[in-house]
Amino acid sequence: MNAPHQNEGVIPDALATELTGAEIVVRALRDEGVEVIFGYPGGAVLYIYDELDKQDAIQHILVRHEQAAVHAADAYARATGKVGVALVTSGPGATNAVTGIATAYMDSIPLVVISGQVPVALIGNDAFQEVDTVGITRPCTKHNFLVRDVRELAQTIKKAFYLAASGRPGPVLIDIPKDVTAKRCPYEYPEKVLLRSYKPTIRGHSGQLRKALGLMAEAERPLFYTGGGVILANASVPLTRLVRHFGAPITQTLMGLGGYPANDPQFLGMLGMHGTFEANMAVQHCDLLIALGARFDDRVTGNLAHFAPHAKIIHVDVDPASISKNVKVDVPVVGDLGSVLEEMLDWVQESGLHGNGPALERWWQQIEEWRSRDCLHYEQGESIIKPQYVIQKLHELTGGDAIVTSDVGQHQMWAAQFYGFAKPRRWINSGGLGTMGFGLPAAMGAQLAEPSATVVCITGEGSIQMNIQELSTCQQYKLPIKVLCLNNGYLGMVRQWQEFFYEERYASSYMDALPDFVKLAEAYGHVGLRAEKPSEVEPVLKEALRLKDRLVFMDFLVDRTENVYPMVPAGAALSDMILV
Amino acid sequence: MGQSHIISVLLENEAGALSRVAGLFSARGYNIEAMTVAPTHEPSVSRMTILTHGSAEIMEQVLKQLNKLVEVIRVQDLSDGPHIERELMLIKVHAVGSDREEVKRLADIFRGRIIDVTDRSYTIELTGTGEKLNAFLHALDPGMVIEVVRSGASAISRGAKSI
Repeated sequence: MNAPHQNEGVIPDALATELTGAEIVVRALRDEGVEVIFGYPGGAVLYIYDELDKQDAIQHILVRHEQAAVHAADAYARATGKVGVALVTSGPGATNAVTGIATAYMDSIPLVVISGQVPVALIGNDAFQEVDTVGITRPCTKHNFLVRDVRELAQTIKKAFYLAASGRPGPVLIDIPKDVTAKRCPYEYPEKVLLRSYKPTIRGHSGQLRKALGLMAEAERPLFYTGGGVILANASVPLTRLVRHFGAPITQTLMGLGGYPANDPQFLGMLGMHGTFEANMAVQHCDLLIALGARFDDRVTGNLAHFAPHAKIIHVDVDPASISKNVKVDVPVVGDLGSVLEEMLDWVQESGLHGNGPALERWWQQIEEWRSRDCLHYEQGESIIKPQYVIQKLHELTGGDAIVTSDVGQHQMWAAQFYGFAKPRRWINSGGLGTMGFGLPAAMGAQLAEPSATVVCITGEGSIQMNIQELSTCQQYKLPIKVLCLNNGYLGMVRQWQEFFYEERYASSYMDALPDFVKLAEAYGHVGLRAEKPSEVEPVLKEALRLKDRLVFMDFLVDRTENVYPMVPAGAALSDMILV
Repeated sequence: MGQSHIISVLLENEAGALSRVAGLFSARGYNIEAMTVAPTHEPSVSRMTILTHGSAEIMEQVLKQLNKLVEVIRVQDLSDGPHIERELMLIKVHAVGSDREEVKRLADIFRGRIIDVTDRSYTIELTGTGEKLNAFLHALDPGMVIEVVRSGASAISRGAKSI
């Protein structure tokens, strides 16, 4: 029922064409094409909520904690490539959002976060629910704004969306004092924004591109090393073509998985701390490393002094500051990966450049030898469920086509190792910040982005409890997420480090007093299933996937002391792997 | 420790821009020896001069990270070419008896100006490179100095071009 507005008919003509700040926020979001936002109301954003409630174009998802709102918006962005949007109130609403913002910042995810603020006149007075949101979020946003004048609101929102999505993407926060959302001004949404101080480079330098391709054609032991930048730039197709054209092996970072089909024989698996033997050995022996949209993170490189010691390095990245930050690069190329790879393909066509046949053959022989080490091998016996087995079965039953979100820890690494991602935007995890509690809200964002997709949250009994309240949100919006909990009763990755590096002193890594997750799921109105024996794994997974319209929480009681292998100890060279 | 560098930054004259630059230096562990900022002839643009030191690799990162800030319009390491550096120092010294003549003479040698006088003190204004100001301070008996305030370096490239 539409209640008549109290003021209808009495608004003076001059004001009738003007909008309130709250109306401007909602109109601008609509003009940006936003369909879903995630948020939590509070005093400072009530005018905005009031306006949201009067329209249907934008769906608002009410989470149970602001951190979850930002993670959900983040995953929505990762699944779709659009800008995710979250709305939180001032003070604790904003501080709760910070973990989500920092998560998105580390993984370069385009987000616009709108936070309420106390009225302009109260800023700096230690008012109720006041915090210096712009100050707190400055180091973990790409940029942020405090809007003190309603006349600046529309163009600030436009700038925020532009900054979030362009160049190296990232979260942008807009802090809006409550009185600004009540004041009126004429509304005009700008078509474009021009920022004299911000001009990201799109096209790579042609000379550098050709130099890079020349090296690729000459190299005897080339290796592609690609990261999340490939996913962000939607560059999987040209990447796949280029890698196949040169016939070289490819390895990917945790963030890059899905950028190249995992079932392809040229794919060596992930590299780095929990990378495959063949991928890490290839890095250490290659003579040309082609880094595309990757940032030489410490979890990838191991000891920098010993990283890729024989290689010339080509690095393509949209962010010049990523180039030569950790590792000195021989051929730097600044540009958008999609544009750069397309131009490379054109030049390959024109020039007839191709891979170094005979040398490549020898290189592949060496790689196959490393590969035959079968470093991810595990034995699934009769009595105890191996966590790797659960992931492998999930892969089989979903045809590798589910959207998989994860939390942080051992289960995340097993998901990365054993769920071969065939396509981009199917693997959604907190790579840079390593945020436990990311998985479930991320699954909500992914499910809202792709309502008909199978969305699986791979988690552990530790991580899931960091945002388990979101089971309630999932019930409210009927999100049929499949939660796959690898329950080993330990903070598994912490336990693993303690076993290896702290002489088996398991300080605070045992998860005592766990809830009965099946009953807990049922209490939230969902379906709970448990598997205790290997023979129960497949039936539980099948049952969960059969219940297409229900959230199913699968509690897998797995081997309590299984470790993630291979492992490069922190600070060691990539070739110094602990193997099974 | 690396070589000293003078970096000029043009940035939007907006609230928060200064703290973004300062925050960048502290978050990434870069050194700041001095930093000055004021609006330019174009009121919407501020110019900042940062005195810092570090290896060539670190300086490359400093410049890239500064450029990455959305409000930063242009960045240049003035140490790469010929440039002029000036700093202003105001220094208050005890000046009684024979010291009065001595301090005045010293100020003249350094082309300083005495801008405030009491029966017991002089306040001297001195401009020059940081090195010259240091030299003046060393030339004084440390016991004479009451207080010192330095502006931090301002710098500009030689020649007709702007940064």
